[in-house]
Amino acid sequence: MAMKKLKNARRSPWAAVAAIAAGLIITGSGYAAATASTPAEAGSAYTADQVDAGHKLFLSNCASCHGKNAEGTANAPSLIGVGAASVLFQVETGRMPGQASGPQLQVKPVQFKQADIDSLAAWVSSLAPGPAAPSAEYLATKGNASRGGEIFRINCAMCHNAVGAGGALTGGKYAPPLTHTSAAHIYEAMITGPQNMPVFSNSNLSLKDKTDVITYLQEVQTNPSIGGYDLGNLGPVVEGLFAWIFMLGGLVLITMWLGAKSN
Amino acid sequence: MSEKKNDLVKHEEVEYQYDAGLAKVNADKFADPGIEPHRVRMTDKSVKHEKTAARQVAALFFISIAGSIFAIWAYFGFRVYGFDLNSIRNNALFLGLGIALGMLGIGIGAVHWAKTLMPDAEVSEARHQTRGTEETRAAALEVIKLADEESGFSRRKLIRRSLYGALALFPIPGLVIFRDLGPNPSDKLKHTMWSAGAKLMRDPSGTPIKASDVQVGSVFHVIPEGLAELGESDATYGKMLEEKAKAAVLLVRVDPADLKESDARKDWSYQGIVAYSKICTHVGCPVALYEQHTHHLLCPCHQSTFDLTDECKVIFGPASRPLPQLPITVDAEGYLVARSDFNEPVGPSFWDRKA
Repeated sequence: MAMKKLKNARRSPWAAVAAIAAGLIITGSGYAAATASTPAEAGSAYTADQVDAGHKLFLSNCASCHGKNAEGTANAPSLIGVGAASVLFQVETGRMPGQASGPQLQVKPVQFKQADIDSLAAWVSSLAPGPAAPSAEYLATKGNASRGGEIFRINCAMCHNAVGAGGALTGGKYAPPLTHTSAAHIYEAMITGPQNMPVFSNSNLSLKDKTDVITYLQEVQTNPSIGGYDLGNLGPVVEGLFAWIFMLGGLVLITMWLGAKSN
Repeated sequence: MSEKKNDLVKHEEVEYQYDAGLAKVNADKFADPGIEPHRVRMTDKSVKHEKTAARQVAALFFISIAGSIFAIWAYFGFRVYGFDLNSIRNNALFLGLGIALGMLGIGIGAVHWAKTLMPDAEVSEARHQTRGTEETRAAALEVIKLADEESGFSRRKLIRRSLYGALALFPIPGLVIFRDLGPNPSDKLKHTMWSAGAKLMRDPSGTPIKASDVQVGSVFHVIPEGLAELGESDATYGKMLEEKAKAAVLLVRVDPADLKESDARKDWSYQGIVAYSKICTHVGCPVALYEQHTHHLLCPCHQSTFDLTDECKVIFGPASRPLPQLPITVDAEGYLVARSDFNEPVGPSFWDRKA
């Protein structure tokens, strides 16, 4: 029975789609697991050498906007007290160094080696106490996904969409999709509140809450789309557009064919 | 008066050709184009084309047969395993595709058959008169008169009048049941669960919030004290939802220097911590998209935007009123508490809401 089901499944036109989807999920989660382990090491105390190296990197790469002592200028905020978590999030996702001013800093290829990013984080966190990099135990995604889902829907879903597909804000800003965000970056974003995102400190969402949210976000990515192609999970706008363009368009074409004379 | 009359007369005397505009109908504007010249189809001209078309129609019918058989096979072939949604999806998808092919094959085949092989001579059919002939009309009148005579409708006053009475009364029960739309919700729409001294609680855990827990730039989703407990029992769960729909609050801390507060509201905030109703004044969606640096609150439904630092005034979108502010302070232990209920009804406008 199982063999027959397997045979049928292999022959079905969905087999290729399923194979590609499975490949993507495996590489995606593998990548997430690999990146999640990096900041854990950075979470340990930084050495004086790292702080010095970070200061040099800061002066040559960041000081033109953030000021020589990270005091901030008209173009960029002060970095005193933002902590290592903020540096790791902004630089590891490629948002910093910023490419151009605009409504929102864009994700782009990472500009620094991991060791250099750690050094920058070391120097910035030496300026004043601030949120540190998360320790690995909160990123292990062993939380309660169902509880995390409830917390996510109350605190995050209005901007980031109920399954983390992202959404639009005002004036060209947007809440980015969280579908390919590593556990460490989700944690760092919550604790630091990058750009226009509010801060969700541990007195608001406890460490357990954060772990549950991360677990939910990773769990929801592995959920199969039972209803077929999910059109980016963006909801009624995309689904409505699809229905109007393809369904109504199809009906119009059929009507035209019905009325046309045969040649 | 007489002057005016003269005036009018003068105008009438002036020969002025008004432009008829759209009211003017050109007699020859829509000349009957007649039937367009008949175009002979390829299937009428060549036997080869005719045979091809016949084969196409037959092929479409065979596709229909194959589709129907596939649908039957798919029903059994794609087994449904309990509530395994994947198996239900596959079963429904392939069963549906088979049925669709079965029906589309017949439909498209029949249309193709009619268009290519059946006679395609153009025929015009004149519409018949809508008015009946004089004889038909006279006969109809005869029937009505006969019915009146035989039933005695005109003669029997008692029956006629009692029937009028019955006809007048039978729709009334339909109107009476509209009473169920009421009664008016009295002042339910004007008050929420908030009261003086009610602690601000985290949603959904229902834990109290200390002022020191709220950093600048952070957002708390807040429910009133006692609401989370309502949700714990099935009996009061509905009540919890009803109250939450009115009482949901967003708590934000901004730099006090950024706040523009009117004198009347100076003591409604606590060291830059402000609490606003989360229910949009447009149609009641939860407004919770807070931008930390612009201090904009955006409603996701219709993009109404509120300026949190300026008493949540509307700066964009269809909402017509600012979000109501919840006056807050701290109690002796440092927990955030409400000073009172909202001083105006929350959410969208309703029939007897002032302003």
